[in-house]
Amino acid sequence: MSAFDPISALIGGGLIGLASALLMLFNGRIAGISGILGGALMMSAGDKLWRLSFIVGLIAAPIIAGLLGHPLPEPQMSTNWLLIAVAGLLVGLGARHGGGCTSGHGVCGIARLSARSIVATAIFMVTAIAVVAITRHGFGG
Amino acid sequence: MQPLASFLCGLIFGAGLIISGMTQPAKVLGFLDIFGRWDPTLAFVMAGALVLSSVGYWLARHQRRPVIAAQHLWPNKTDIDRPLVVGSVLFGLGWGLAGLCPGPALVNLASLLPRVFVFVAAMMAGMSVLDLWKRRVSSAIAIENAALANSDG
Repeated sequence: MSAFDPISALIGGGLIGLASALLMLFNGRIAGISGILGGALMMSAGDKLWRLSFIVGLIAAPIIAGLLGHPLPEPQMSTNWLLIAVAGLLVGLGARHGGGCTSGHGVCGIARLSARSIVATAIFMVTAIAVVAITRHGFGG
Repeated sequence: MQPLASFLCGLIFGAGLIISGMTQPAKVLGFLDIFGRWDPTLAFVMAGALVLSSVGYWLARHQRRPVIAAQHLWPNKTDIDRPLVVGSVLFGLGWGLAGLCPGPALVNLASLLPRVFVFVAAMMAGMSVLDLWKRRVSSAIAIENAALANSDG
Protein backbone atom coordinates (compact mmCIF):
# COMPACT_ATOMS: atom_id res chain seq x y z
CA MET A 1 0.00 0.00 0.00
CA SER A 2 1.35 3.42 -0.97
CA ALA A 3 1.90 6.07 1.68
CA PHE A 4 -0.57 8.90 2.30
CA ASP A 5 -0.16 11.56 -0.39
CA PRO A 6 -2.57 14.49 0.10
CA ILE A 7 -1.71 16.15 -3.23
CA SER A 8 -2.56 13.16 -5.43
CA ALA A 9 -5.64 12.55 -3.26
CA LEU A 10 -6.85 16.12 -3.90
CA ILE A 11 -6.02 15.99 -7.63
CA GLY A 12 -7.66 12.59 -8.06
CA GLY A 13 -10.68 13.75 -6.07
CA GLY A 14 -10.80 16.90 -8.19
CA LEU A 15 -11.00 14.78 -11.35
CA ILE A 16 -13.88 12.76 -9.84
CA GLY A 17 -15.68 16.04 -9.06
CA LEU A 18 -14.89 17.39 -12.55
CA ALA A 19 -16.32 14.27 -14.22
CA SER A 20 -19.48 14.55 -12.07
CA ALA A 21 -19.83 18.24 -12.96
CA LEU A 22 -19.33 17.65 -16.69
CA LEU A 23 -21.84 14.79 -16.80
CA MET A 24 -24.51 17.14 -15.39
CA LEU A 25 -23.48 20.17 -17.49
CA PHE A 26 -23.40 18.18 -20.75
CA ASN A 27 -25.75 15.20 -20.32
CA GLY A 28 -27.90 16.39 -17.41
CA ARG A 29 -27.14 13.25 -15.42
CA ILE A 30 -25.94 12.41 -11.90
CA ALA A 31 -22.61 10.53 -11.83
CA GLY A 32 -23.67 7.79 -9.43
CA ILE A 33 -21.88 4.61 -10.44
CA SER A 34 -24.41 2.22 -8.90
CA GLY A 35 -27.26 4.15 -10.53
CA ILE A 36 -25.54 4.14 -13.92
CA LEU A 37 -24.67 0.43 -13.72
CA GLY A 38 -28.01 -0.60 -12.19
CA GLY A 39 -29.89 1.26 -14.92
CA ALA A 40 -27.77 -0.41 -17.59
CA LEU A 41 -28.63 -3.82 -16.11
CA MET A 42 -32.39 -3.21 -15.99
CA MET A 43 -34.23 -4.86 -18.83
CA SER A 44 -36.53 -1.91 -19.46
CA ALA A 45 -34.18 1.06 -19.10
CA GLY A 46 -34.34 2.75 -22.48
CA ASP A 47 -31.24 4.91 -22.10
CA LYS A 48 -28.58 2.23 -21.97
CA LEU A 49 -26.09 3.74 -24.43
CA TRP A 50 -24.80 6.65 -22.34
CA ARG A 51 -24.67 4.36 -19.29
CA LEU A 52 -22.61 1.71 -21.07
CA SER A 53 -20.36 4.42 -22.54
CA PHE A 54 -19.64 5.77 -19.06
CA ILE A 55 -18.81 2.28 -17.80
CA VAL A 56 -16.55 1.62 -20.81
CA GLY A 57 -14.77 4.90 -19.98
CA LEU A 58 -14.26 3.80 -16.36
CA ILE A 59 -12.76 0.48 -17.47
CA ALA A 60 -10.69 2.11 -20.23
CA ALA A 61 -9.05 4.52 -17.77
CA PRO A 62 -6.62 1.98 -16.23
CA ILE A 63 -5.90 0.46 -19.66
CA ILE A 64 -4.93 3.87 -21.10
CA ALA A 65 -2.95 4.71 -17.95
CA GLY A 66 -1.08 1.42 -18.39
CA LEU A 67 -0.27 2.23 -22.01
CA LEU A 68 1.08 5.59 -20.83
CA GLY A 69 3.42 3.80 -18.43
CA HIS A 70 1.34 4.04 -15.25
CA PRO A 71 0.07 0.51 -14.60
CA LEU A 72 -2.83 0.08 -12.20
CA PRO A 73 -1.57 -1.03 -8.78
CA GLU A 74 -2.83 -4.55 -8.17
CA PRO A 75 -5.77 -4.37 -5.72
CA GLN A 76 -4.95 -6.17 -2.47
CA MET A 77 -8.06 -8.19 -1.76
CA SER A 78 -9.06 -10.80 0.76
CA THR A 79 -8.18 -14.38 -0.19
CA ASN A 80 -11.57 -15.53 1.10
CA TRP A 81 -13.76 -16.04 -1.98
CA LEU A 82 -16.97 -16.36 0.01
CA LEU A 83 -16.27 -13.07 1.78
CA ILE A 84 -15.63 -11.36 -1.57
CA ALA A 85 -18.88 -12.70 -3.03
CA VAL A 86 -20.93 -11.76 0.05
CA ALA A 87 -19.37 -8.28 0.11
CA GLY A 88 -20.14 -7.77 -3.59
CA LEU A 89 -23.72 -8.90 -3.11
CA LEU A 90 -24.23 -6.56 -0.14
CA VAL A 91 -22.72 -3.62 -2.04
CA GLY A 92 -25.01 -4.27 -5.02
CA LEU A 93 -28.18 -4.79 -2.95
CA GLY A 94 -27.45 -1.92 -0.60
CA ALA A 95 -26.53 0.62 -3.26
CA ARG A 96 -29.73 -0.04 -5.24
CA HIS A 97 -32.01 -0.21 -2.19
CA GLY A 98 -30.49 2.91 -0.65
CA GLY A 99 -30.55 4.81 -3.94
CA GLY A 100 -26.82 5.31 -4.31
CA CYS A 101 -23.26 4.61 -3.29
CA THR A 102 -20.08 6.51 -2.47
CA SER A 103 -20.32 8.48 -5.73
CA GLY A 104 -24.08 9.08 -6.04
CA HIS A 105 -24.66 9.93 -2.36
CA GLY A 106 -21.12 10.65 -1.12
CA VAL A 107 -20.07 13.05 -3.88
CA CYS A 108 -23.01 14.08 -6.09
CA GLY A 109 -25.63 14.08 -3.34
CA ILE A 110 -23.56 15.99 -0.79
CA ALA A 111 -22.59 18.49 -3.53
CA ARG A 112 -26.34 19.11 -4.03
CA LEU A 113 -26.71 19.42 -0.22
CA SER A 114 -29.29 16.61 -0.29
CA ALA A 115 -30.31 15.61 3.24
CA ARG A 116 -30.98 12.06 2.03
CA SER A 117 -27.45 11.74 0.70
CA ILE A 118 -25.85 13.24 3.80
CA VAL A 119 -27.75 10.73 5.97
CA ALA A 120 -26.93 7.82 3.62
CA THR A 121 -23.23 8.71 3.57
CA ALA A 122 -23.11 8.99 7.36
CA ILE A 123 -24.84 5.60 7.72
CA PHE A 124 -22.63 3.66 5.33
CA MET A 125 -19.45 5.28 6.67
CA VAL A 126 -20.30 4.46 10.29
CA THR A 127 -21.37 0.93 9.31
CA ALA A 128 -18.17 0.29 7.35
CA ILE A 129 -16.04 1.74 10.17
CA ALA A 130 -17.79 -0.66 12.58
CA VAL A 131 -17.16 -3.61 10.25
CA VAL A 132 -13.44 -2.79 10.03
CA ALA A 133 -13.24 -2.27 13.79
CA ILE A 134 -14.70 -5.75 14.32
CA THR A 135 -12.74 -7.55 11.57
CA ARG A 136 -9.39 -5.92 12.40
CA HIS A 137 -9.59 -5.30 16.12
CA GLY A 138 -12.27 -7.72 17.25
CA PHE A 139 -14.39 -5.10 19.06
CA GLY A 140 -17.59 -6.60 20.28
CA GLY A 141 -16.63 -9.93 18.79
CA MET B 1 -22.78 13.07 -28.77
CA GLN B 2 -24.21 11.99 -25.41
CA PRO B 3 -22.43 8.60 -25.42
CA LEU B 4 -19.12 10.29 -26.31
CA ALA B 5 -19.49 12.84 -23.50
CA SER B 6 -20.36 10.16 -20.98
CA PHE B 7 -17.46 7.98 -22.16
CA LEU B 8 -15.09 10.91 -21.53
CA CYS B 9 -16.68 11.56 -18.11
CA GLY B 10 -16.18 7.87 -17.24
CA LEU B 11 -12.57 8.14 -18.36
CA ILE B 12 -11.93 11.24 -16.21
CA PHE B 13 -13.78 9.66 -13.26
CA GLY B 14 -11.68 6.49 -13.58
CA ALA B 15 -8.45 8.51 -13.84
CA GLY B 16 -9.44 10.31 -10.64
CA LEU B 17 -10.01 7.03 -8.80
CA ILE B 18 -6.61 5.72 -9.96
CA ILE B 19 -4.61 8.89 -9.20
CA SER B 20 -6.21 9.27 -5.77
CA GLY B 21 -5.39 5.65 -4.82
CA MET B 22 -9.06 4.80 -4.28
CA THR B 23 -8.86 1.72 -6.51
CA GLN B 24 -6.76 0.14 -3.76
CA PRO B 25 -8.98 -1.55 -1.15
CA ALA B 26 -6.10 -1.30 1.33
CA LYS B 27 -6.29 2.52 1.24
CA VAL B 28 -10.08 2.55 1.63
CA LEU B 29 -9.90 0.11 4.55
CA GLY B 30 -7.07 2.23 5.98
CA PHE B 31 -9.46 5.21 6.05
CA LEU B 32 -12.22 3.14 7.65
CA ASP B 33 -9.78 1.80 10.27
CA ILE B 34 -10.03 4.69 12.72
CA PHE B 35 -8.79 2.50 15.58
CA GLY B 36 -5.63 1.47 13.71
CA ARG B 37 -3.13 3.38 11.58
CA TRP B 38 -5.63 5.80 10.08
CA ASP B 39 -5.11 6.79 6.44
CA PRO B 40 -6.86 10.13 5.73
CA THR B 41 -6.66 9.78 1.91
CA LEU B 42 -10.38 9.23 1.33
CA ALA B 43 -11.27 12.46 3.17
CA PHE B 44 -8.97 14.45 0.88
CA VAL B 45 -10.43 12.71 -2.19
CA MET B 46 -13.96 13.60 -1.11
CA ALA B 47 -12.94 17.19 -0.35
CA GLY B 48 -11.38 17.58 -3.80
CA ALA B 49 -14.39 15.97 -5.47
CA LEU B 50 -16.92 18.07 -3.56
CA VAL B 51 -15.28 21.39 -4.47
CA LEU B 52 -15.48 20.74 -8.22
CA SER B 53 -18.85 18.96 -8.22
CA SER B 54 -20.44 21.75 -6.12
CA VAL B 55 -19.18 24.43 -8.51
CA GLY B 56 -20.31 22.34 -11.49
CA TYR B 57 -23.78 21.79 -10.04
CA TRP B 58 -24.08 25.49 -9.19
CA LEU B 59 -23.31 26.27 -12.84
CA ALA B 60 -25.78 23.59 -13.98
CA ARG B 61 -28.55 25.20 -11.88
CA HIS B 62 -27.97 28.37 -13.91
CA GLN B 63 -28.03 26.56 -17.25
CA ARG B 64 -31.32 26.64 -19.16
CA ARG B 65 -30.60 23.09 -20.27
CA PRO B 66 -27.56 20.81 -20.49
CA VAL B 67 -25.25 21.35 -23.47
CA ILE B 68 -26.30 18.18 -25.30
CA ALA B 69 -29.43 16.97 -23.49
CA ALA B 70 -33.04 18.14 -23.20
CA GLN B 71 -33.09 18.61 -19.42
CA HIS B 72 -31.24 18.16 -16.16
CA LEU B 73 -32.39 15.00 -14.41
CA TRP B 74 -31.95 16.00 -10.74
CA PRO B 75 -33.00 13.37 -8.19
CA ASN B 76 -36.36 14.43 -6.73
CA LYS B 77 -36.66 12.31 -3.58
CA THR B 78 -36.35 14.24 -0.33
CA ASP B 79 -37.69 11.99 2.46
CA ILE B 80 -35.40 9.91 4.63
CA ASP B 81 -37.20 6.59 4.29
CA ARG B 82 -36.61 3.00 5.32
CA PRO B 83 -35.00 1.83 2.05
CA LEU B 84 -32.43 4.64 2.32
CA VAL B 85 -31.44 3.57 5.83
CA VAL B 86 -31.55 -0.21 5.27
CA GLY B 87 -29.79 0.04 1.91
CA SER B 88 -27.03 2.23 3.31
CA VAL B 89 -26.43 -0.20 6.19
CA LEU B 90 -26.16 -3.14 3.74
CA PHE B 91 -23.87 -1.11 1.49
CA GLY B 92 -21.66 -0.17 4.45
CA LEU B 93 -21.40 -3.83 5.51
CA GLY B 94 -20.16 -4.90 2.06
CA TRP B 95 -17.91 -1.87 1.65
CA GLY B 96 -16.29 -2.46 5.04
CA LEU B 97 -15.76 -6.16 4.31
CA ALA B 98 -14.07 -5.74 0.93
CA GLY B 99 -12.89 -2.11 0.76
CA LEU B 100 -14.46 -1.89 -2.69
CA CYS B 101 -17.41 0.16 -3.90
CA PRO B 102 -18.91 0.12 -7.42
CA GLY B 103 -16.60 2.65 -9.15
CA PRO B 104 -13.26 1.20 -8.02
CA ALA B 105 -14.59 -2.34 -8.56
CA LEU B 106 -15.32 -1.57 -12.24
CA VAL B 107 -11.94 0.17 -12.74
CA ASN B 108 -10.18 -2.83 -11.18
CA LEU B 109 -11.68 -5.16 -13.80
CA ALA B 110 -8.69 -4.08 -15.91
CA SER B 111 -6.41 -5.90 -13.44
CA LEU B 112 -8.01 -9.14 -14.78
CA LEU B 113 -7.88 -10.59 -11.25
CA PRO B 114 -10.52 -13.33 -10.83
CA ARG B 115 -11.37 -11.99 -7.37
CA VAL B 116 -12.41 -8.64 -8.86
CA PHE B 117 -14.64 -10.45 -11.36
CA VAL B 118 -16.29 -12.41 -8.54
CA PHE B 119 -16.94 -9.16 -6.63
CA VAL B 120 -18.37 -7.38 -9.69
CA ALA B 121 -20.52 -10.38 -10.69
CA ALA B 122 -21.94 -10.63 -7.15
CA MET B 123 -22.53 -6.85 -7.10
CA MET B 124 -24.41 -6.93 -10.42
CA ALA B 125 -26.42 -9.91 -9.20
CA GLY B 126 -27.34 -7.96 -6.05
CA MET B 127 -28.42 -4.94 -8.11
CA SER B 128 -30.52 -7.06 -10.49
CA VAL B 129 -32.18 -9.06 -7.71
CA LEU B 130 -33.13 -5.88 -5.89
CA ASP B 131 -34.52 -4.19 -8.99
CA LEU B 132 -36.58 -7.28 -9.89
CA TRP B 133 -37.89 -7.49 -6.32
CA LYS B 134 -38.79 -3.77 -6.31
CA ARG B 135 -40.61 -4.19 -9.60
CA ARG B 136 -42.57 -7.17 -8.25
CA VAL B 137 -43.52 -5.25 -5.11
CA SER B 138 -44.61 -2.19 -7.09
CA SER B 139 -46.67 -4.26 -9.54
CA ALA B 140 -48.25 -6.13 -6.59
CA ILE B 141 -49.20 -2.78 -5.05
CA ALA B 142 -50.62 -1.66 -8.39
CA ILE B 143 -52.75 -4.84 -8.61
CA GLU B 144 -53.92 -4.38 -5.02
CA ASN B 145 -54.79 -0.74 -5.67
CA ALA B 146 -56.64 -1.73 -8.84
CA ALA B 147 -58.55 -4.36 -6.86
CA LEU B 148 -59.45 -1.82 -4.17
CA ALA B 149 -60.56 0.66 -6.82
CA ASN B 150 -62.70 -2.03 -8.43
CA SER B 151 -64.29 -3.07 -5.15
CA ASP B 152 -65.60 0.45 -4.65
CA GLY B 153 -67.63 0.13 -7.81
